[in-house]
Amino acid sequence: MITVTNLTKTYGPYRAVDDVSFACKPGAVTGFLGPNGAGKSTTMRIITGLTPPTAGDATIGGVHYRDIPNPGTQVGVLLDASAQHAGRTGREILTLSALTMGLPMTRVDEMLELVSLSPSESKRRVKNYSLGMRQRLGIANSLIGDPKILILDEPANGLDPAGIHWMRSLLRTYADRGGTVLLSSHLLHEIEVIADEILVIGEGKIVAGGTKAELLKTAGTYVQAEDASALSAAATSAGLTVLPSGEGLRIEADPVQIGRLAAEKGLVLTELRAADGAGLEEMFLQLTSETQRDGVTPLAAEQTTGGVA
Amino acid sequence: MSATAIESISTDRPGIPFTRLLSVELRKMFDTRAGRWLMISIAVLAVIAAVSVIAFAPDSAITYGTFGTAFGVPLNILLPVVAIMSVTAEWGQRTGLTTFTLVPHRASVIWSKVAAAVIVGLVAVVFAFVVGALGNIVGAAINGLDPVWDIDLAQFFTISLSFILALLLGFALGALFRNTAAAIVGYFVYGFVLPAVFGILAAFQDWFKDLQPWIDFNFAQTPLFEGNMTGQEWAQLGTSGLIWFVIPLTAGVLLILRSEVK
Repeated sequence: MITVTNLTKTYGPYRAVDDVSFACKPGAVTGFLGPNGAGKSTTMRIITGLTPPTAGDATIGGVHYRDIPNPGTQVGVLLDASAQHAGRTGREILTLSALTMGLPMTRVDEMLELVSLSPSESKRRVKNYSLGMRQRLGIANSLIGDPKILILDEPANGLDPAGIHWMRSLLRTYADRGGTVLLSSHLLHEIEVIADEILVIGEGKIVAGGTKAELLKTAGTYVQAEDASALSAAATSAGLTVLPSGEGLRIEADPVQIGRLAAEKGLVLTELRAADGAGLEEMFLQLTSETQRDGVTPLAAEQTTGGVA
Repeated sequence: MSATAIESISTDRPGIPFTRLLSVELRKMFDTRAGRWLMISIAVLAVIAAVSVIAFAPDSAITYGTFGTAFGVPLNILLPVVAIMSVTAEWGQRTGLTTFTLVPHRASVIWSKVAAAVIVGLVAVVFAFVVGALGNIVGAAINGLDPVWDIDLAQFFTISLSFILALLLGFALGALFRNTAAAIVGYFVYGFVLPAVFGILAAFQDWFKDLQPWIDFNFAQTPLFEGNMTGQEWAQLGTSGLIWFVIPLTAGVLLILRSEVK
């Protein structure tokens, strides 16, 4: 069980983590979802004792990370797959961890096999590894001490779709055996594939949390019409709530109601389905566009051009 | 058995013994190409220094002391670099993220690094003395001379101490800056720029001339090479060492203990 209570981390006036509380249960994969810079990594560094919190507390099984004896054998951590000495081989990195934890060297080969790094790949220096290979090595490093709890920051970053599914089955088996997993991602798709429980974080605050089923269950209907504004007007005058959603609309009504409404008004629908997941996606897109600085507004663009000229 | 019981954290397991950390830190000094070549270059330079003395020194200078001075130059430059890199790699290569999650007690990591660097330093110093002795024997034989052994046992220890002090100073600067380039530049400023500045100051300012041995760590170390240190000279080594070694090391260690590892 990972327990985070009222955790806050400030850097001057900037609140990287703002009064965050959550718990990760054993037997489940908890996905920590948020745009880049939302506070996921900072929270994970605080849990593992690398960053001192400004306020609040984080414990694992009721204990502070630094009070866990030989922590690598109880908590597996991967915070940044690229944070390895470029001049060491993959095998050497695992060997150093095994030596530190006092494990037999056979664990190194077992882990290399588990993450499908071939003997020749394991003897290459990490600077010649792709990001996907570094992630596999990082996963191997986090699992080598046979821990019961895993903390993984962006572990699926750089993995191909087959790699993401491999990770899902790996973590699924791990959680089914009673393990606790906290993993982060800035991609909704990855979290949807891998996690059971989802925590959504934006600008340092937890904005939503629950099981995947709860969060993905969104009331209403997703619909696309040839004439979207006419459909929107018709639904609104019928007393229904209409929200924009991706390319189309989300209307708080059953699909059959919308179908009837469209037939009455003679409108052509191009897509009509229950709006599962659309709510989470809307929320996440909104969070992302609020926090991402590359969403250039016309005014900002004008000012930038003016500045250059 | 409930799932919670299966995954609870045990706090009564044995921790990580210091000897294990020490062996890991020693291994880290040799397991990269950069580290290995640094060690090889120390050995090679000690041999080159001995060969140069044989080739270029006049007969009268073929003494153990000359060989000692010759291998002293590469040791004084490279041993601090060994110590600096053992600390700064954790930040420069960001391996600290793994090191300090496996060993959350950062002080243990730091002391195991100090111990590992000192062990490597001692091995290098002994190796250099052996190479120097062989050079002295070979050089004397080639020139038809009797070998001159002008370094006694006490001097052997004080000279070794000066190399270890140089290495520890490098370690302190590495801990303070946590950046390889900055620490190496800092060491060169300390080792090559400051002696000149202090020398000029002492030459023109009488008040500084008396003060210099107490605050100039380089100056205070000179008697180590001559042997027969007096009590006052040890005291001067102590006060200047406090300024140039103890204070930076303490500040560096405190920074490492408190700072955020990213």
